[in-house]
Amino acid sequence: MIQSLLDGILVGAIYSLGAIGLTMVMHMLRFANFSHAELLSVGAYCALVFDRLFEGLLPVIANNIGPLSLTWALLLAMLVSMGVTGLTAMAIDRLIFRRVRERGVPQSMVFASFGVALVIRNVIGLIFGLSPTFYSNDIAFAMILSQDPLILVKPDQVFVLIAALICMGILHLVLSRTTFGYALRAVAENPSLAQVNGIRLKAIIAAVWLIGGGLAAAAGVLYGLTNQITPLMGNDLLLPVFAATIAGGIGSVYGAVAGGFLVGIAANLAMLVVPSGYSPSFPFLIILVVLMVRPNGLLGEERT
Amino acid sequence: MIGVLSYLVFFATMASILAIAVLGLNLQWGNTGLFNGGVAAFFGMGAYVTLILGGLPQPDRLGGFALPYLLALLGGGAGAGLLAWVVGRCTLHLRHDYLAIATFGIAITFENVARNASWLTGGAQGLRGFEKPLQDTFGAGLSYNAGFLAFVLCVLALVYLFLERLVASPFGRLLRGIREDETAARSLGKAPARIRLTAFVTGAVILGLSGGLFATFYGFVSPQDVLPILTFQIWAMLIVGGSGNNLGAIIGTVLVWAAWTLSGWALSRFAPLDMQLYTGSIQYILIGSVIVAMLFWRPQGLFPERLLISRPARSRGTTSGQTGSTDT
Repeated sequence: MIQSLLDGILVGAIYSLGAIGLTMVMHMLRFANFSHAELLSVGAYCALVFDRLFEGLLPVIANNIGPLSLTWALLLAMLVSMGVTGLTAMAIDRLIFRRVRERGVPQSMVFASFGVALVIRNVIGLIFGLSPTFYSNDIAFAMILSQDPLILVKPDQVFVLIAALICMGILHLVLSRTTFGYALRAVAENPSLAQVNGIRLKAIIAAVWLIGGGLAAAAGVLYGLTNQITPLMGNDLLLPVFAATIAGGIGSVYGAVAGGFLVGIAANLAMLVVPSGYSPSFPFLIILVVLMVRPNGLLGEERT
Repeated sequence: MIGVLSYLVFFATMASILAIAVLGLNLQWGNTGLFNGGVAAFFGMGAYVTLILGGLPQPDRLGGFALPYLLALLGGGAGAGLLAWVVGRCTLHLRHDYLAIATFGIAITFENVARNASWLTGGAQGLRGFEKPLQDTFGAGLSYNAGFLAFVLCVLALVYLFLERLVASPFGRLLRGIREDETAARSLGKAPARIRLTAFVTGAVILGLSGGLFATFYGFVSPQDVLPILTFQIWAMLIVGGSGNNLGAIIGTVLVWAAWTLSGWALSRFAPLDMQLYTGSIQYILIGSVIVAMLFWRPQGLFPERLLISRPARSRGTTSGQTGSTDT
């Protein structure tokens, strides 16, 4: 029970990171972006490339940090990957979504993202192969927190939680303390009024993709660290991330954080009573329950 | 010669079955503007329910009710409709994103349940124990397949005529009216949420029939048949053909299905041995690119929706000298 709760919190942190970017994009550009979770795969594979590169260039930093299976090289690669993935997200917007947007059929965006997701997923599969890989082939031993009831936590999982919380903390400070954060929230609230006040809409949209892509990359690396990296990971994570976004309320960053933890915990607790083979279905049930009970999510506002 | 003929029959049967599915999606997206991201679930529901209702009794699982074939097929359609009703009830009165996400979710959930609930669906091995109808009369082989093709073509023609009537009817006008301007429709006393639900469920029943025919054709269905790629294929067919145009949808189906089988054949024939594992990925990239490229190049499809002029408006136009107004 406590073990499930703990596992739920740890995986929930990853969903939260993915959901923050998705909720911002969905709110600002008003479409369900089916290609968002592919950014998690892009981030994970990008970090894999840079990790190998850094290890090759500077073998010194290939050592593990403390008890973690994470190396300094991978930590550095993760930061680089966040930047690269953010730029990738911006580039995809510039190349595809912006053009579709300017043609003016709002629903086209949804299936543009549908097609983009399919292309990205399979290009990754072509480049890196279809079989799963790992950042490190060492076996990560779990720490025993308590014997009775037995509670196990891997050091990596603790790192994942801390790293996710740091990312969220920085985002919170940016959104609430800087002029840029005010501009971003102003655009989310009322795009035309924000433009009247001299905020450049295009710059803000680019920034949203940059932030969303960066956080997605972090989520992808952290997921890869505790699970495995496959070209299908984006596909597997898409539904939980959508569920977190809807549960939190589309457009609410803090809602997305809460939604991520909610989905992670609920799915892990449900596995106590339902066979684990059914776990991919839980996010869908959560979506249905949220839509029936509270269609605007925990912290969302009504908007048509 | 016989080989070519059998292949043509096989190709035409698959294309016709898929065309029925594309017509169902066209009612949802083309005429009503509802994004269905889970085509595979409704198709699969039709396939599974048809085989469960029409199959022979099995010792190790529920189902196999051995119902008459047509009843089983209709049951498949009804099953898909029921699934659509549940999803639609929860999402259709909300912003349109929710339907897209919920339908995507139902497709993942359906495949997941089909894989795990082996007491009902046979699990990963799929559903066996179905005897093709009238096999005694027509025998096996080409003659049977040709007969089945004729049956599928009949169903396709019926669905096509039904949809053409529906689109031209006042209800069809209402669907387009809601698609174009929901507020205006509401101001005229229409209930958009209920009408959208009707259109969504009707489209899903057609998708289910198509799935049922697919399962009949193979006498077998497994979770491999309801993978997300099916949703993408059917979407590509509709977008290439032209959403909103039923004839265009059928032509789009034939074109994309031909391109799909041809590219699959070319890849398996000419790709180097070490690349054979990745031919699927290459085909998926092609489908994804077709969807995105059509949006840029020709978003209305090869055969765009014909803007219908309603009969009263046209007759008024001729009597009072107006040039006619569109109702979309």
